[in-house]
Amino acid sequence: MRSLRAALAALTMMLGATPQHAEARINVVASFSILADFVKNVGGDRVNVTSLVGPNGDVHVYAPSPQDAKTIADARLVVINGLGLEGWLPRLLQSSGSKATVVTASTGVSPLKLGSEADPHAWQSVVNAKIYVTNIRDALVQADALDGDYFRRNADRYLAELDALDREVRNEMEKIPPARREVISTHDAFGYFAKDYGIAFIAPLGVSTETEPSARDIATLIVQVKKDEIPAVFLENITDDRLMRRISEETGAQVGGTLYSDSLTDEKGPVPTYIAMVRHNIKALASALGR
Amino acid sequence: MSIYDVLAAPFIEFEFMRRALAAIIALSLAGAPIGVFLMLRRMSLVGDAMAHAILPGAAIGFLLSGLNLFAMTTGGLIAGFAVAILAGLVSRTTGLKEDASLATFYLASLALGVSIVSLRGSNIDLLHVLFGNILAMDDQTLLVIAANATVTLIVLAMIYRPLVIESVDPLFLRSVSRAGAPAHLIFLALVVINLVNGFQALGTLLAVGLMILPAGIARFWSRDISGLICIAVLSALISGYAGLVLSFQTRLPSGPAIILVAAGLYMASVLFGNVGGLVRQLFPRRHLEA
Repeated sequence: MRSLRAALAALTMMLGATPQHAEARINVVASFSILADFVKNVGGDRVNVTSLVGPNGDVHVYAPSPQDAKTIADARLVVINGLGLEGWLPRLLQSSGSKATVVTASTGVSPLKLGSEADPHAWQSVVNAKIYVTNIRDALVQADALDGDYFRRNADRYLAELDALDREVRNEMEKIPPARREVISTHDAFGYFAKDYGIAFIAPLGVSTETEPSARDIATLIVQVKKDEIPAVFLENITDDRLMRRISEETGAQVGGTLYSDSLTDEKGPVPTYIAMVRHNIKALASALGR
Repeated sequence: MSIYDVLAAPFIEFEFMRRALAAIIALSLAGAPIGVFLMLRRMSLVGDAMAHAILPGAAIGFLLSGLNLFAMTTGGLIAGFAVAILAGLVSRTTGLKEDASLATFYLASLALGVSIVSLRGSNIDLLHVLFGNILAMDDQTLLVIAANATVTLIVLAMIYRPLVIESVDPLFLRSVSRAGAPAHLIFLALVVINLVNGFQALGTLLAVGLMILPAGIARFWSRDISGLICIAVLSALISGYAGLVLSFQTRLPSGPAIILVAAGLYMASVLFGNVGGLVRQLFPRRHLEA
């Protein structure tokens, strides 16, 4: 009996002595799939990432569930986009009684205006995505100083990948003749992409997928497409595409494919990661506009 | 800006405006008479309930075949039928009133729908995707609404007599015929078909609004049922056309613009209507005196 007790005690001491990274994984909650992808790339296997709005979900019209409140209550870090995207989050944080640190990934991005409010879709420019990743790295390092070097190494590697991606986007966009650098897309999600890479996006819906266009808006758009001879109309993965197809039919602009804006797909879909999403979008743009 | 520019030019210049107008005409012809019967049966709120009741069907359609409008609409139709018919049967066979049993069934249906969507773990707003927009009429949607209107008018003509009698004097109908219950169930089925197709094509607001508001307007202008139906159809057409023009000229979203015009007509009718309008009540015409 005594020997068994001693053995148990020894075992406990051994367990306590060995560094247990698997146990020390920090729980991070991201508000939507793109942020979760950033966190995964920086945090590697030292963090557990959960995305509140899952793949193919719409972060604009999202309603949290009790499961989400539980997830948030268990989290050390909550990574949000900011710029007014997650209007539902403050109440969820409060009601879940979470003590998590809130990290606003878009801190330091110079916001574009859409009407009177900031345009939240800053991640669409790879330049801003790098700011996001830097913010996430700093927050992770602060939350778990022991793994600081690991996070920094991951972040450096990922930032280098994003640099390459940024150059790739610029190269591809430069191949498109300047007169054809104009497209229609379903909602104003590509303001930052437009500004950094010189492609004009015109959208019938406002910044949120919830608003409804007036007959005048559609008419103005149709006149503009005809006048500027805009070559292509693009669809998005999370909205009804009947309106875009109507505009395409009425103007003769071709449907250029689907652009991914606010949401990644799951592992089996075409864009499971941020980098895959940007590549997919530039490929769709280049093939519809360049010729 | 001439009157022509305001009233006709938008429809001549843009095909989507012509298609929207065609959809409005079909919807008014079928929806307004149904709205009149709903009003007579005190079921005016059934449309809003139905907009939620179809969720489980749409969700199952979504689970089986993804964001496929046809699958989601078919699922919605089935769920709508189930709710309407179950509610109808319960109120027929027990003492519970139609509105109360419908409320129960639609809430249960909504709860079921939300659960199914959540089980899948998707945060996409299915109804948001399913509900269409009047400005985005493609050929298929237009054909569906037109076919729907045709079927509705034919079936209404077939069950017109029992339906009218049942709406005003159910006990009398029960004493002379057994057509009451079938007519009622067929009518409920018509309501569901019209609503679900309306949601799919035009969104909730328009589908329900163009059914119910014109009936309310007609109520202030006529006492007999054929008068009610004619005035309801007419005011639905006027609201639809004027709403589209308003949306084109002012930037109001089209669905709300149409319903606001209808609401304006309704307020005017409440004030100045022939039958029970407020002005007429305050200043009654003199009775015939000998």
